[in-house]
Amino acid sequence: MKASMTRLIDLRLGLFLAALFAVTVLAPLATTLSSSSPFNLPSYLIPLMGKYLCYALLAVALDLCWGYAGILSLGHGAFFALGGYAMGMHLMREIGARGVYANPELPDFMVFLSYDHLPWFWWGFGNFGFAAVMALAVPGLLAFVFGWFAFRSRVSGVYLSIITQALTFALLLAFFRNEMGFGGNNGLTDFRDVLGFSLSAPSTRIALFVLTAICLAACILIARAITISKAGKVLVAVRDAESRTRFLGYRVESYSVFVFTISAMMAGLAGALYVPQVGIINPSEFAPANSIEIVVWVALGGRGTLVGAAIGALVVVALKSWLTATFPDLWLFALGGLFILVTLALPNGLLGLLDRFRRAKPAPKEVPA
Amino acid sequence: MTAQLYLDGVTRSFDGFKAINNLALSVDKGELRAVIGPNGAGKTTMMDIITGKTRPDGGEVLWNMDTDLTRLDEARVARLGIGRKFQKPTVFETHTVEDNIRLSLKAPRGVFASLFHRSTKAEETRVTELMDQIRLTHLRFEDAANLSHGQKQWLEIGMLLAQEPQLLLVDEPAAGMTDAETMETAELLKSIAGERTVIVVEHDMDFVRALDCRVTVLHQGSVLAEGSLDYVSGRDDVIEVYLGR
Ligand SMILES: Nc1ncnc2c1ncn2[C@@H]1O[C@H](COP(=O)(O)OP(=O)(O)OP(=O)(O)O)[C@@H](O)[C@H]1O
Ligand SMILES: [Mg+2]
Repeated sequence: MKASMTRLIDLRLGLFLAALFAVTVLAPLATTLSSSSPFNLPSYLIPLMGKYLCYALLAVALDLCWGYAGILSLGHGAFFALGGYAMGMHLMREIGARGVYANPELPDFMVFLSYDHLPWFWWGFGNFGFAAVMALAVPGLLAFVFGWFAFRSRVSGVYLSIITQALTFALLLAFFRNEMGFGGNNGLTDFRDVLGFSLSAPSTRIALFVLTAICLAACILIARAITISKAGKVLVAVRDAESRTRFLGYRVESYSVFVFTISAMMAGLAGALYVPQVGIINPSEFAPANSIEIVVWVALGGRGTLVGAAIGALVVVALKSWLTATFPDLWLFALGGLFILVTLALPNGLLGLLDRFRRAKPAPKEVPA
Repeated sequence: MTAQLYLDGVTRSFDGFKAINNLALSVDKGELRAVIGPNGAGKTTMMDIITGKTRPDGGEVLWNMDTDLTRLDEARVARLGIGRKFQKPTVFETHTVEDNIRLSLKAPRGVFASLFHRSTKAEETRVTELMDQIRLTHLRFEDAANLSHGQKQWLEIGMLLAQEPQLLLVDEPAAGMTDAETMETAELLKSIAGERTVIVVEHDMDFVRALDCRVTVLHQGSVLAEGSLDYVSGRDDVIEVYLGR
């Protein structure tokens, strides 16, 4: 009778977490080896790996709402960017009087644009804790309000995808404007330290990388806990037969808003971890193509698998780094080609492919009555 | 005796076409009622109106004579204890058969209640009982997508029973079933009635006869005749619009 109990950590997730753990321990160790050692890892690669893990976290966030609840958001890049801006604002404030204009109160770009005081929406961002909360709260609140209106009006499917894409595009245009007070075109950059630790110090980089790995592990576990709960089953039910779910008495819009909000907060967290490791956040993070790229990661890895989404992100981003370095003009074609390939040949993604190999010898599924 | 479900003067048009036209219907608590009528008579639309899926243009739809159902959405109506089986069997295809039943069991429906829900022994016993009752125990761990049409009908009936509704609206349950299964379904619905109210729409006259209950004939969105099957099937107007064809 226990067959229905799904374990929180199944084989797939266990392997993934073990691999993540190993990398998190070994990579920092490898940076301490002498540079003549074949296992030496140059320390500049640590933030790069941290960045990859942020993308993996972003993919997990999208998979939670797309793979399980069928909400194909084409605006998750916006939640990521908002989380990034929240953290970026703190890092700007932490520069203090060390900026070019040596203004203790105002970031350089504000001095340059002749602001005479800090805009109200920058208040509080001098405090790290406040910024960290905002990195989750702002994307979460936006998703909640947006989702509440959209799902209550029963907007779904393609229409929902289109308005999420419009959302990120609108934010892109807004953040480009200097008058918005977020650094316009240039965004926020030239960060120095976080909580008093220099961002260029190897130890800070390692700490940020390890923190990212921990957040990724925690979020994938939270997402997994949600999806195996009864609420997770309701989400899949909504995806499969929305009206049936309603007639059972479930208020579909509450479930959709819930998962959309949680997912947006995870995306915001990914953005907040990304910015100190990359050193810049600018409006291009809101670009519609970014959000579409996330969908490709999840589709390639295998949607509705969480682990697959994370792996998909790592694979595509690695491919992108390599292609943009060697054949810079090819990347967008490769992305498009990949999308077509996945849709036509790999409907269940890379993990689906693995499952197909594993199922080569079929297990008896029926149980004797 | 007051009606549990009471419709009066209900009207609904689609693009000027009156799918439901001044419909009046009254069903008592515990009653078993069959609704018949030609294709397009408005049988499914009537169920849509009762369950909050479609808003009527006018008229009254009352639950226990005091709750106006036309103001409520589907989830609210369901939570009042009105369950529904669709004309086209609709189950959660990527869930196992037993998970379909589990999701239907009577329980708090809120997000957080579901998130922290732990399956109890009583619930598991109930799932086992229902699986037996709908004869799908041997397919318990199978994905619902792999069921035959008739099995999906049974599963959806099981999901309906799992909700423990006070009123069951059952739209064409026998479609896709063998003769034997059809008769079993009739027996099942008869056994449920009494404790619960059951309204069944069906075209299969052997099935309706087996139900042995009061019959309402719908035609062009309103009631044409009502009474025993023998009475309505003897009426010339019913024969002309429906049975005679
Ligand atoms: N949402 C809708 N939009 C437009 N027309 C509709 C809609 N719903 C129902 N109708 C029309 O209303 C009429 C009644 O349809 P309904 O489905 O209620 O008939 P029915 O009695 O259930 O028929 P059947 O026995 O074929 O199931 C039909 O002509 C149908 O085309
Ligand atoms: Mg019908």
